[in-house]
Formats: sequence, C-alpha cells, structure tokens
Amino acid sequence: MFAEFGYGILVVTFLVALYSIIAAIYGATNKSASLVESARRAMLLTFPLITIAAISLIYLLVNDHYEVSFVYEVTSRSMPTYLKITAWWGGQAGSLLFWSFLLSAFASAVTLRKWDRDIEFLPWVIVVCSVTLMFFLGLVIFYENPFTRFWAVGGNVEPHMFAPLNATLFTADDGRGLNPLLRHPGMIIHPPMLYLGFVSFVIPYAFAMAALITGRTDDRWIRLTRRWSLWAWLFLSFGLVLGGRWAYDVLGWGGYWGWDPVEIAAFMPWLTGTAFLHSVMIQEKRGLLKHWNMILVILTYALVIFGTFLTRSGVLSSVHAFANSPIGPLFMAFVATTFIVSIALLIWRWPELRSETEMKSMLSREALFLLNNLLFMSILVVCFWGVIFPLISELFTGQKVTVGPPFYERATAPLFSALLFLMAVAPLSAWGHSTVQTLGRSMWKSAVAAAAITITLFFTYTKTPGALLGFFLIAFILLVTFQEFWRGARARQKVQGENFFTALSRLMGRNRRRYGGYIIHISMALMAIGILGMESFQTSTQGALKQGEELNISGYTVKYRELASWDDKGKGVNFTRATMDIYRNGIYLGVLNPRIDYYYDSQQNMTIPGNRSTFRDDLYILLVDWQPATNMGATFKIFVNPLVNWLWIGSLVFLLGIIFAAWPDRDPAEEPARSQVSRNAGHTSAAD
Amino acid sequence: MQRTKFFLGGALILAAVVYLIFSSTKASAEYFMTVDEVKAEGASAVGKSLRLSGAVLGDTIQYDADTLTLTFEVAHVSGDNNEIEAEGGLAKVLNEAVNDPTRQRITVVYVGPKPDLLRGEAQAIMTGKLGADGIFYADELLLKCPTKYEQAVPDQASGS
Repeated sequence: MFAEFGYGILVVTFLVALYSIIAAIYGATNKSASLVESARRAMLLTFPLITIAAISLIYLLVNDHYEVSFVYEVTSRSMPTYLKITAWWGGQAGSLLFWSFLLSAFASAVTLRKWDRDIEFLPWVIVVCSVTLMFFLGLVIFYENPFTRFWAVGGNVEPHMFAPLNATLFTADDGRGLNPLLRHPGMIIHPPMLYLGFVSFVIPYAFAMAALITGRTDDRWIRLTRRWSLWAWLFLSFGLVLGGRWAYDVLGWGGYWGWDPVEIAAFMPWLTGTAFLHSVMIQEKRGLLKHWNMILVILTYALVIFGTFLTRSGVLSSVHAFANSPIGPLFMAFVATTFIVSIALLIWRWPELRSETEMKSMLSREALFLLNNLLFMSILVVCFWGVIFPLISELFTGQKVTVGPPFYERATAPLFSALLFLMAVAPLSAWGHSTVQTLGRSMWKSAVAAAAITITLFFTYTKTPGALLGFFLIAFILLVTFQEFWRGARARQKVQGENFFTALSRLMGRNRRRYGGYIIHISMALMAIGILGMESFQTSTQGALKQGEELNISGYTVKYRELASWDDKGKGVNFTRATMDIYRNGIYLGVLNPRIDYYYDSQQNMTIPGNRSTFRDDLYILLVDWQPATNMGATFKIFVNPLVNWLWIGSLVFLLGIIFAAWPDRDPAEEPARSQVSRNAGHTSAAD
Repeated sequence: MQRTKFFLGGALILAAVVYLIFSSTKASAEYFMTVDEVKAEGASAVGKSLRLSGAVLGDTIQYDADTLTLTFEVAHVSGDNNEIEAEGGLAKVLNEAVNDPTRQRITVVYVGPKPDLLRGEAQAIMTGKLGADGIFYADELLLKCPTKYEQAVPDQASGS
C-alpha cells in the first residue's frame, strides 16, 4: 500500500515539476505574471509532495517491510529505529530521493522570498531548480526506485514495482542490514551534510543562469545568493570534516583522508566554491572578473552533480562505492548538457560582462585574490587529473595506470603552502594599489615574530625543513590576523571612546563578512597545524603482547592488562575489548579500550580504536588480533599522531567563522554601494 | 606594461602546475595489472609499482599475529568492469575464479593489521611490488565483498 502510494506521489511530483518548467518559460517569454505565479506555486507544491513520499519510505523502513527491496537492502530487524530512519540515505535509491527532497526544500525556500524588483529572475530560477529536480526524480522513478518490491514468479524472486502476471508478493524474513561501518554517528550526519552543501550550490547557479538569460548581468545575482553560497560552503566543509572524523574513528588505518576518488569528488566542488566565495568579492568591490565568477559557479554546479554521480554510481572502486548501476551514463549526459547550455549562455552574454575597471597593481587586493583563485583552480586541476588519469592512460596507451595518495600529496603541497602564504599577505593589501613598501610596513612585525617562533621550534621540536616552513606560514597567518583584529579594535576604541572589547565586538558585528573571513583564516591555520603534524611526524609500532607485556612509542608506554569478549544478543554484535594501561614518561595516565565488534548479520568486523587525544598528540591503539584459547595474547598496532587534535579544533572554529559571516545583519538593505567604495578605494587601504 | 606582467605571472603559475602534475604523476604512477598479466610479464614486472586485483582464496589465508604477516593467494579475475558485468556480476566472477583450479594464482604477503573484510571470494585490490621470488608484496590492501552488499534478491529465493 505505502509502496504504491509513495511511488504514485513521486510520479505526481515529477509532473508538477514539469508543469512548473513549462509555465515558467511560457510566463517569462509572454510576460504573464499570473503564469509565473502559477509556476511558483507548482514549485512550492513539490516540497510537501516529496515529503509525503519520503514519509512513506520511512514508514516502510521503520516497520520492517522486507517485501520492499530497498528496505531489505539497508535495514534489518536488529537495527534501532533511528538507524532505520537514517537508512533512508544508506543506499543509492534512497539517497537520490533524499537529494530531491533537499532540493525541493531549498527551491521552495528561495521562491518564498520577497522578489520585488528581482521578479524577472524568478521564472528562470524556477526553471533551473525544476530541471535539476526533474532529473533526480526521473532517476528515482525510472531507474533507482526505492519502492520496488519482491515478487515470487514461478519459483524465482524478482524485484518489480508492479505485480507481474501470476506473481505473489514475496516478503523476506529479515533484511541485510546497514553496513556496520556506516552505523557510526559521523556517518549518519556526513552524507546529509555533504548533500546539503551540494544542493545549496544549486541556488547560486540558478540565479547566475537567470542573470545570463535576463541580461541583468550586474552583481545583483551575487548579492542575492551570497548567503546561500556561504551556507552551502558551511555544509560542504562540515560534511568533509565529518567524513574525515569518521575515517579516523572507524576505518582504523590511523588517518582521516586517503585521497580516495570519492573524497576527491566531494572536495572538487569545495575548491571551486571556495574560489567563488573569494572572487565574488572582487566583482562586488571592483566590478572585475565577471566572466570568471560565472565560470566558477557553472563549474561548481557541474562538479556537484558529478560528485553525486561519483559517490553513488560505483564507477570508481573505493571504500565508498555501492553497486554498479545503470544511472552513470545518464549523469554524464545531464552534466554535459547543463554544462554546454550554461557555457553557451555565458558566451552569448560575454560582451555585457566586461570588467568595469582594470587591474593595475600586481600586489593589489584584487590581484592577490585572483592569485588565490588560480591556486584553488590549480589544486582542482591536480585532483581532476588524478581522478581521470587512469581513463586517459588506458585510452592512449592501453595500459591502465593509476596515481595514489603520494601523487596528490606531492603535487598539492606547494600549492597549499602558497595559499597559506597568501592568507597571511592578502588581508594586508589594499584594493586598487599596493606596493612592496606598504605591504612590508604592515607585516614585518608579524614576519619577525613568526620567524622567532620557527627558530624556537627548530631547537625544541623539529629539524625537518618542510615542517618548519609550514609552522612559519601558520604562525605568520595567525599573527597577521590577530594583528588585524587588534588594529581595528584599537582604532575604533580611540575614535568612539569604547573599551577594547566593546570596540572589538562592534567592529566585528559591523563587518561580518570581513571578520568572519578572518576567523575562517585562523581556523585554516589551526587545521594546517593538525595536517602538518600528521603528515610530518606520525609514528607507529606494532607487536603481539602477552598479558602484562608492554610496547613503547614516543615516550608512551602501553601495557596490556586483559581481554574480554561478550555477545550483545539484542544488537547482534560480539564485542572483544582489550584493556590497556597507558603511561607517559612513567606517569600513569589511565586506560584505553581498543575493540573489535563483530556483526553477526553482516558477518563483518569493525575495528574501533582506543584513542587518547591531547593538544600535543593522539595515542591511537588498534586491536588487531587475539588468541582466545591460550594466554590471552593479543596483537596491537599503535599510532602516535602529533597535533592532529588541532584539525578538529580548527574545524570547530571554522564553523563559528562561517556562521558568524553568514548570520543575517540587522538591516541587510544597508549594503554599501560598490561605486562609492571603489571611488574611495585608493585611500581606504586595508580598512575597507 | 601591466598586462604583460600579469600575463607572465599567469604563465609562470601554469608552468609550475604542469611541472608539478607531470613530475608527481611520473613519481607515483601505479600500473593496474591482473594476475595473468603479471604472470605473462614475468621478470620484467619485478620492482614496478603495481596495482593488482584478484579473488581471495579463503583456504590460503594465514595470519601470523606475532609479526603481523598476512599471507594469502589470489586467483585471476578480469580487470575490466564491463567484462565482469557481462559475465554475470562481480559476485559470480569471484566465485568462479576461486573454484577454478586452472586459473593462474599468485601469493600475496602483506604486513599489518588483518583487514576486517578479508575472506574467501572477496576481491582484493593490492598496491605494491612483485618480488623476484614471484610473491607480491603489498603495501596497501583494499577489499570488496560483493556477496553481502550487492545481492539484490533475498537468500531464501536462491534455494528454490
């Protein structure tokens, strides 16, 4: 019942989306406000409709309807209810429905805004959102249907949506259950976060296309979607970090990022999105790079769809890949079509998007922003090359050749270092014009202090040149950024006669984007500390221990006390847990419990590390194997991951920074007009 | 001229990126090979960075927990996904590979924790080098177990 109902609703939604496209195009071309309004209502209708379909699916998931193949694939009787609900996005068909659900939610939210003088954008925003929505709904309805049921036909069981001739409904006794690796809290939130990020980038793209079609090629579309881009970026970044945290906690290889093609697929739209967030500021302030911003937003959209495709189609072998499926070519066709149409629109409007001024100085803020964009694009090219290289080499040489993590590390390290350097220098440069002298004057104190810190580290911490360079850049960014906070607050304190903290908070409140950006720069520096620590100083050891024996690593002593093994019948899991006493330089620190969980239903182990985190380093212990019969001997692998905690601390600061920047101003209408700013730009230096 | 300066700067960055990509590709390229291809190439495959895939033979898995040394054999499977699909899917292909004694096999040695997914009829994707002794020394071991996660129809059906 619920299966047919849910499926029927999806078909209706598909038709409603189709209607909204036709009505919007017809309304826009014939200047019929009532038709556009009708398209808008149709767009708004898709959200409740998809919600109902989703509720039907959740009902089936929660109530063990194992006659539905999707329910059979992703749940089992032993799973708790919250996991049955989140199993919605645990498989391909469900996650495509989830994507559609989010898209209709965002599209509805954006069509509900007050349009006033931007009403000409509305029909085209509806068209872009509905076309995307229709594509995903089409995949769900025709290819990856979560409501397909099992039918017994002449001794065979086959999945079909509707009953074949002479068939009876077949209900499996129990489902296969969600892969235990995916039952971690990080993995429950990670896909929705990534998807939120992916989907919210559709909105800026829709406005960009609307701007191209209507010919309103000023920066209005950018101003309208600035917050959308920020939120999209927030979700995407948070999704990436959660994925890393999940890998660190669950995959048991002692790392958080493996340059897996699927990770890269999610990272690529992040790169173009980050470049976009930076370069739109140049268009707003200086009227430059209009073509470039269009290209970035088109690329981001294409990469978002491509990323969804890579994570869901299984074209690349990776830990994330699900089954092979027929939707790959459709995704490629959709990406190619939208990309070509977008580029064609851009070429059509090319002459109208000319820059209003010229870039004059190599050290001006806009030139450094441009350099920042080029670096992000370079990292994108490296990533893209790495992903498609196997295909290219097979095409040209017949030999399939791949590149692993060393390729990415080697090729991106100089680019990331250059970005760190820019992060320190660019905030000090002025719009329009800067010279080596003006820049040098404002940064020499920070540079000297950072050098002093680096020298101290040389004598106390490390002698590795690469790591020292990294620490210098990180210290430089932090000092320059704090100095900016200090300088701004002091200046305001003098003028307004406020105390320092009032001055600081008011200053930040009045310039949310600027100071939010600085907080994000600080967080990037903190995260870089963690990455640098992990890349440069990770150490590991391993060994088979008898009870009471110990292993030593980087000042830690890990002593094996005992092993316990028990069944949790309710969950269908066997736990084997070791108890380890931890000492550092002879001082007792407590106990760690690495364990292995064995899931009976999926016959799979899950290795959960025992981890002790400090600001200095993480002690990360894996239980590898044990001999139950004999003297309770067991084998352990131990990592010491220096500074890695700063990565997670940095990501929290990062969240704060974006939320601060994206928080609605009290009166958003009072944005300074660009003409005014650019007229003064020569004198305002960095204080803008 | 400002324009030439910007142009030169851009060209410089482009050159640097192209250099980074090509030198890094060269330094870290891994050749995809199947068991048959490795056997056919013989001594000339020794020492190259390879990415080898094969079907794990369950009976041959040995783990020495004292030294964390994992040894097992893999049987040849096709490296081409389309070919695998045409032959009836990964699960079927792996099953046939394991039960076919005429298939070429290769012994793999890997030092490290025993992966959770390692079992008979799993697809192993290994990165490493072929030793002069004909044993494949893997640095990295990825496993795919299609039997559990790609089976579209419930078990109860296959018996009838």
